[in-house]
Amino acid sequence: MGAKLLWGLVAVAALYISAPVKAQETIKIAFIDPLSGGGASAGEAGVKTYQFIADQLNAKGGVLGKRIEIVGYDNKLNPQESLIQVQKAIDAGIRIITQGNGSGVAAAITDFVAKYNDRNPGKEVLYLNYAAVDPVLTNEKCNFWHFRFDANSDIKMEALTNYMKPRTNIRKVYLINQDYSFGQAVRVAARKMLAAKRPDIQIVGDELHPLQKITDFAPYVAKIKASGADSIITGNWAQDMALLLKAAADAGLQVDWYTYYAEGIGSPTAIKQTGLNHRVFQVGEGAANEPYAPAQEFEKALRAKYDIALLYPRAVNEMRMLVTAMSEAKSAEPGKVAAKLEGMKFDVFDGGEGFMRADDHQFFQPMYVKSFGDLAANEPFDEEKTGWGWHVVAKVDTADTVLPTVCKMKRPNA
Amino acid sequence: MLELVIISTLNGVQFGMLLFLMASGLTLIFSMMGVLNFAHASFYMLGAFFGFQIARWVGFWPALVIAPTLVGVIGALVERYGLRNVHRHGHVPELLFTFGLAYVIEEVVQMIWGKAPVDFRVPALLDFPAFTVFATNYPAYKLFMLLISAGIFVALFLVLTRSRIGLVVQAALTHPHMVAHLGHNVPLVFMSVFGIGSALAAIAGVIAGPALVTQSNMAGLLGPILFVVVVVGGLGSLAGAFAASLLIGLIQTFAVSVNVSLADIFGFTHFTPSPGSILNDLWTVTLAQIAPILPYLLLVLVLILKPTGLWGTRET
Repeated sequence: MGAKLLWGLVAVAALYISAPVKAQETIKIAFIDPLSGGGASAGEAGVKTYQFIADQLNAKGGVLGKRIEIVGYDNKLNPQESLIQVQKAIDAGIRIITQGNGSGVAAAITDFVAKYNDRNPGKEVLYLNYAAVDPVLTNEKCNFWHFRFDANSDIKMEALTNYMKPRTNIRKVYLINQDYSFGQAVRVAARKMLAAKRPDIQIVGDELHPLQKITDFAPYVAKIKASGADSIITGNWAQDMALLLKAAADAGLQVDWYTYYAEGIGSPTAIKQTGLNHRVFQVGEGAANEPYAPAQEFEKALRAKYDIALLYPRAVNEMRMLVTAMSEAKSAEPGKVAAKLEGMKFDVFDGGEGFMRADDHQFFQPMYVKSFGDLAANEPFDEEKTGWGWHVVAKVDTADTVLPTVCKMKRPNA
Repeated sequence: MLELVIISTLNGVQFGMLLFLMASGLTLIFSMMGVLNFAHASFYMLGAFFGFQIARWVGFWPALVIAPTLVGVIGALVERYGLRNVHRHGHVPELLFTFGLAYVIEEVVQMIWGKAPVDFRVPALLDFPAFTVFATNYPAYKLFMLLISAGIFVALFLVLTRSRIGLVVQAALTHPHMVAHLGHNVPLVFMSVFGIGSALAAIAGVIAGPALVTQSNMAGLLGPILFVVVVVGGLGSLAGAFAASLLIGLIQTFAVSVNVSLADIFGFTHFTPSPGSILNDLWTVTLAQIAPILPYLLLVLVLILKPTGLWGTRET
């Protein structure tokens, strides 16, 4: 009797153990980003956003009859650690990787993926980059398995400086950026483009500080103040942006800010505290208050579920394009999906058409410059309960964002 | 310029005093154990997280008292039931014990509060500019941090040098056997020193939590600087720790605002390395860019030139 029961249990257990067969019915995507340390606020918002997008897609039946599953990996914003996490994801059978925060990390991953795919034909991995914007990744270091859904740093700076060009109140600009590939790309582009568009503007400071390590920006703010700058250009993101704005708020620094990521968590609160009504600008591929019904519906649902704003409309584009490519290819095989993604034209999250340039795998899409402050009557979304929100001040059409590339794309078997 | 100097001095002194709150406990514990306590910055982090949690429940001011008390008790227990047992086996096990403890505390903090920063706010009572220097506001909370740290420094100094307890502690640190023979309970003294040292670090944690960032890597960010302070000041020397804290606080703040590079200093030689070479990088890097490594440079120099530290009496 006892033995029978035991065998029965073993049989039941065996059933459960063979359950992973079910796992084949999901398509797993590894989300590799900082989930701890100074970049965590960006990474956490990212993983929630991807989760939300996956849930929405699954509610519509997933793709190829399978569910999409997001698996989060903490890379601690460290290139070496990222490669360990990529390897872990690959070992777990995941063949699609998405990463965004940190161009240093992105450079390491794109190299790794290229080498891995060369050495493991038939087991290729696809790398979808949603936020690492160092231009190098789609130029000198471009690679067939890497696709970038965010506008690169030069495209953003082009839009930002075009907006700055007619603003004659800008006389003295201070550059403050993070000391790594992306921060350096921002400062180089800013200097070059300002010199061409507004040679009268004086650059009174050009700062590089350690990435996501500084907990008090007061010394930097004191220096900015002493420089007499009236405007700041910065590519800072996550904690580096929030704390810089916070230190500026504490010191009462009254300047205009031209930024890449001032909508990150903590920043809106600091801007409101300083009272910089419509004096902080950000360039990006979307805006919550842009009157486009499908986007606003999404925004409302995301805020209701996670209480975060959509920081990454590009992530929605990425996932929707991925699903489209898989359906068209009738396969989740990275090589076939990549072939469909190349050159794909797609209606983007905030309306308008974008396209994935086959030459370098850079996605081009309409860009917006927006400012943070009092809301107009038809603008429903405020940020972090400040009562202030983002207001679009300039829109750039897809065609006007296209920049040349030096990429010579090497395709497998070509 | 004057404005920059005044604001940087205030910022530097304030950061230095915060460092001192932690370094004072660390240096006392070093005198006692004979090894560095790697887990000291973890008690600072525990202080910040306890402070955050208690402030949520009962407000910031009770938290300022309760959190350090709790951490002090934890510190005392760690000494009583952990270190004291390991002590018998010599210095290396002690070192390893504190090293492991630091990891355990970090993991526990991540399990409870997560890896992302928590929203620890400055209390509303202190959320205003205290005064304005030229056109720059100085936040009241920073002034509060400065005053608390200074107050504790004075109190600690008086207790250690003027009171009977302080004399026993000082004696026990250097001549434990003699003090024991005189009838004092030396293990109790050690446990109290460890507990109070941890509590001081926790106070630093509670007051730094809202101003800096309360997150699970805060111990890792500050820990290495603490060792620099203690070694530069001279292991076991309270006065040394005080001076070194201020020195490092000021160096870090001022270095950020100085844009001088070797190229500027030696500009008169008209020497220009070829662009893109390593020499060119070294030549043009500014003091502001290398600000974060200056304390470690100081550490190396002190160890080479005066291994006892600036005020210390024994070899490190």
